[in-house]
Amino acid sequence: MTGTSPAIELRGISKAFGPVQANKDISIRVMPGTIHGIIGENGAGKSTLMSILYGFYKADAGEIFINGKRTEIPDSQAAIAAGIGMVFQHFKLVENFTVLENVVLGAEDGRLLRPSLAKARKILGELAVEYELNVDPDSRIDRIGVGMQQRVEILKALYRQADILILDEPTGVLTPAEADQLFRILDRLRAEGKTIILITHKLREIMEITDTVSVMRRGEMTATVRTAGTGPDELAELMVGRKVLLRVDKAPASPGKTVLEVQNLRVRDQQGVERVKGIDLTVRAGEILGVAGVAGNGQSELLEVLGGMRPGAGTVMLNGVPLALEGRGSDGQSRRAAGLAHVPEDRQREGLIMEFHAWENVAFGYHHDPAYQRNAMLMDNAALRRDTQAKMEKFDVRPPDPWLTARNFSGGNQQKIVVAREIERNPDLLLVGQPTRGVDIGAIEFIHRQIVALRDQGAAILLVSVELDEILSLSDRIAVIFDGRMMGERLPAQTDETELGLLMAGVSGKAA
Amino acid sequence: MDFLTLIQVFDSTVRLSTPLLLACLAGLFSERAGIFDIGLEGKMLMAAFFSAAIASVTGSVWLGLLAGIAASMVLAGLHGLASITFRGNQLISGVAINFLAAGMTVLIAQDWFRQGGRTPSLIGGGRFGGLEFPGAIGPADAEATGRPVSELIAGTNPLHQVYSDLISGHSILVYVAFLAVPATWWVLFRTRFGLRLRAVGENPAAVDTSGVSVVGLRYAAVAICGLLCGIAGAYLATALQAGFVKDMTAGRGFIALAALIFAKWRPWQAMWACLLFGFLQAIALRYQNIDVGGVVIPVQVMDALPYILTVVILAGFVGKAIPPRAGGEPYVKER
Amino acid sequence: MDKMPKWADVVLIPLISLILAAALSALVILAIGEDPVAAVRLMVSGALGSTYGWGYTLYYATNFMFTGLAVAVAFHARMFNIGGEGQAMLGGLGVALMCLYVPWPHWTLALIGASTLAALFGAAWAAIPAWLQAKRGSHIVITTIMFNFIASAVLNYVLVNLMRPQGSMDPATARFPEPVHLPTLHELLAPIGINFSKAAPANVSLLVAVAACVLVWLLIWRTRLGYEIRAYGHSETGALYAGISPVRITMIAMLISGGLAGMMAINNVMGEAERLVLNATEGAGFIGIAVALMGRSHPFGVFLAAILFGFLYQGGAELALWTSIPRELIVVIQALVILFTGALDNMVRMPLEKLFLSLRKGRA
Repeated sequence: MTGTSPAIELRGISKAFGPVQANKDISIRVMPGTIHGIIGENGAGKSTLMSILYGFYKADAGEIFINGKRTEIPDSQAAIAAGIGMVFQHFKLVENFTVLENVVLGAEDGRLLRPSLAKARKILGELAVEYELNVDPDSRIDRIGVGMQQRVEILKALYRQADILILDEPTGVLTPAEADQLFRILDRLRAEGKTIILITHKLREIMEITDTVSVMRRGEMTATVRTAGTGPDELAELMVGRKVLLRVDKAPASPGKTVLEVQNLRVRDQQGVERVKGIDLTVRAGEILGVAGVAGNGQSELLEVLGGMRPGAGTVMLNGVPLALEGRGSDGQSRRAAGLAHVPEDRQREGLIMEFHAWENVAFGYHHDPAYQRNAMLMDNAALRRDTQAKMEKFDVRPPDPWLTARNFSGGNQQKIVVAREIERNPDLLLVGQPTRGVDIGAIEFIHRQIVALRDQGAAILLVSVELDEILSLSDRIAVIFDGRMMGERLPAQTDETELGLLMAGVSGKAA
Repeated sequence: MDFLTLIQVFDSTVRLSTPLLLACLAGLFSERAGIFDIGLEGKMLMAAFFSAAIASVTGSVWLGLLAGIAASMVLAGLHGLASITFRGNQLISGVAINFLAAGMTVLIAQDWFRQGGRTPSLIGGGRFGGLEFPGAIGPADAEATGRPVSELIAGTNPLHQVYSDLISGHSILVYVAFLAVPATWWVLFRTRFGLRLRAVGENPAAVDTSGVSVVGLRYAAVAICGLLCGIAGAYLATALQAGFVKDMTAGRGFIALAALIFAKWRPWQAMWACLLFGFLQAIALRYQNIDVGGVVIPVQVMDALPYILTVVILAGFVGKAIPPRAGGEPYVKER
Repeated sequence: MDKMPKWADVVLIPLISLILAAALSALVILAIGEDPVAAVRLMVSGALGSTYGWGYTLYYATNFMFTGLAVAVAFHARMFNIGGEGQAMLGGLGVALMCLYVPWPHWTLALIGASTLAALFGAAWAAIPAWLQAKRGSHIVITTIMFNFIASAVLNYVLVNLMRPQGSMDPATARFPEPVHLPTLHELLAPIGINFSKAAPANVSLLVAVAACVLVWLLIWRTRLGYEIRAYGHSETGALYAGISPVRITMIAMLISGGLAGMMAINNVMGEAERLVLNATEGAGFIGIAVALMGRSHPFGVFLAAILFGFLYQGGAELALWTSIPRELIVVIQALVILFTGALDNMVRMPLEKLFLSLRKGRA
């Protein structure tokens, strides 16, 4: 090994988006002909790092060496020239083009298409034999499955003679069988001497295929180890981290009657892909059910269908009354009328109108409340502003100015406005999604206390969070969601991060 | 309707379809690249004026054509600046360009010629004449025999009538327009540029990650759009008619847009759509009301038919028209 | 954080855009060999120097208030209603039907009846594109453009074949009967001792337009519906979260928009021409776009921008009368206003935002 230089070496890469440090002084060496895994929670900075390597972003500091040579990568063209190919999480394919056209796009040989296409057809045939990458070159992209589309992305990179292949969460959209197939292909590519970087949050995949693995946490590279010398338990711990838990003082729950009962809930996204695949759960009065899981496993869709934001199928009972899941009566207004409140996952796109004043946002979703009406026609904005003032003081929103637009509050104070609006309704059921994402420590504690206080008043609370310590400190019961299904339930006192991390990665039972 | 009349209607259809076709292909290039263009009308109008003005001043229709193309391309550049560089609203930019052309043409026409916003009538070399094909009956025969062309054509066999009246005798720009259809098809589907152009209108991120400039491609498409609109405008003022008059495009840019949607952004279909809409115009021009089996169809129905058909197509009741997926959206780089 | 103070967004940017448009227009005037200063002076005296001038300025402004409000309401729901022209044409048809075929005892009743039918016709003309947008995803800009042309064909047919009085060659309806005559500003102001020009067409519709501005302001900023329209316009996902139906808001906003555009007809058809002629709208539907952009979609801004454009129209007419500058100068100015306040907004905005950011840094 001493004679060869690394295929990729990153030295001291840093990148900030405004105040958020996405990558902090990251260094990494990947030897040729190996598969290197990068694992970490969502938002740990994995994708940013790889986008820098592919020339999509420019690093604030640091150097890139390819095959031992210092290389500037200002744009994708330079990355391609350096022999780097990238398979993005969201494929960059032209949907109404054929496979062949997509492969050729940007890598044509001359002004005319026909010779390029003929050449590509020949090379695709060779690649198919060499790497078991069979794809019909004349199929249109929108008529083939995601597994095939991914192959096209890999073929695109190989066609451009990439020696280094980056795959960003490649199995996120694949079925287990397709994922196995992908791994066979990657194995083959490694055998042919290609260098592969695999970004994932699934431990199983790391253990299965990689030679070395780096763990990223909050923009930093916390460890790089040989896969053979580690195990899922250690990796899970490195990934989630031993954090000083923000324990919330809370009395043991005294659950009452069942408030929310979900049976066989199924949800499809706009593309018709099933994201929630038959979920059962119950939440009782006076308890917090925490749903843990890596983002993108169906928890968002679960919240959205319960909150009346998208249609679904199955049975949902609130206080024993079935809720409409599509059509009339399935909208957010009906949900609120039935006694539900909802702190959505994305306050900027959903929970608030960023261009609205604070006082307008306090009515958001509750603008039909009689307390906010002056008469049959007009809203009572003065009353609304008084109400806003009161809520701002109670929830310590700073600055307590109802006239400020939502955009001008800090993340924590924006979230406090949302939480105040929803909690002060005294709902029977509160849906909470990522309540402290992008929120400062002080506000986190405050918001957590408010949620617990609502529980103590007898409300049922369904909490969805990708922050494990948040789930552990708030929940009375924990359910883990993976790939649209519930992996099982645990009591906080009887589980730990390692076990939950394994469940979140799709590994069920202690045995794995 | 006898055979000769039919040929005459078709002849007029070809003439009237030509500006629609050129503008429609112009829009096709722009919209296939993801830049919506409702400013076809304005670009045509501007080109119509400058081609007529320069042709009238210099006496050369070719210089006029160049001037028309240049004027149209300036407006296309403005549209590109607003919608590509400054990522503005492409529709609002199109509206502005239409008004800019409507105002500027009359303003300059009045300043240069003082004839109430029109150019002097073009004569001789200031106008595109008809190309007489060998063996076709044309003005030369009329002069030789001393009988009018229509009489000569009426007296010959149907095949010769079609050849002389429908195929021969149009201005060169008519042939250019119809040749532009296979050319457009070829560029779009047989060249590297075409592949990239179509890709950038569907998924600019795919083009960007392939290492090709999205901005460069889109400007190229907008420039071609300007070029073709320029020819369309020049045809209106220096071939179809003899000079510029105020608002002479008379909504043709929008009919071209309708034809583009009707054709679902495809070149050959665009030609058929333009011929159909040109035929409706020819009929409306020739007959006030048409009697079809006892039901009188008023001329206004002919006028409105292109738009009604387009709305029906847009509504998706008869084969949905799906525009290029990235159309109208400025490209912003993201992961 | 906001990149710049609100006043800069509301006042400074439109002002700079207007100055840019004016500067370019001045260059155009210079280029055609006229004196821009003299031109402005002539425009001011022609449009504002007499009650006659004011009467025309306000008459045009009335049209533009209706169409500007129409565009603005749709803008609040993030829709671009380019069909104000066609909706106003249909509104004219509604006015003509009411005025010709209903024996009104008094103009006040006639005004109510005519406004109602004008609004209904305008709304109906907007309803189909709205429905197609909400339910079938057809782009509303394209469908409303198509509907403008269809409206023009419909009107042409109705005027030529149906409503033209026998023996008349003119494609226009008969004159409306005397009882539906709307009082002009001259007639309204004479009793209180103000001598307003008798020849100017400004009429009681102006008051309706001003009332419409106030009502739209109430609607957008003070009612639940307006709240929902604005919320939907800012964020569709937000609207879904709050249980606001996108289909419902799309339909209602477009119906209101079309209704407002249709109501323009009480000014130009009932108040001025007193009969329905071809092309009665004279492009006012399109000027509404410039007015709404300039007025930042706020009813008060629309009011001011409408008066500005009324001034430009009347001033432009005076210019055309006394100089060699044709009326089309106004179309150019209008195009430049749309260009700078609409399409090239970022060109004005980006440097300003940088300026304010550096100012703030300098202070902090």
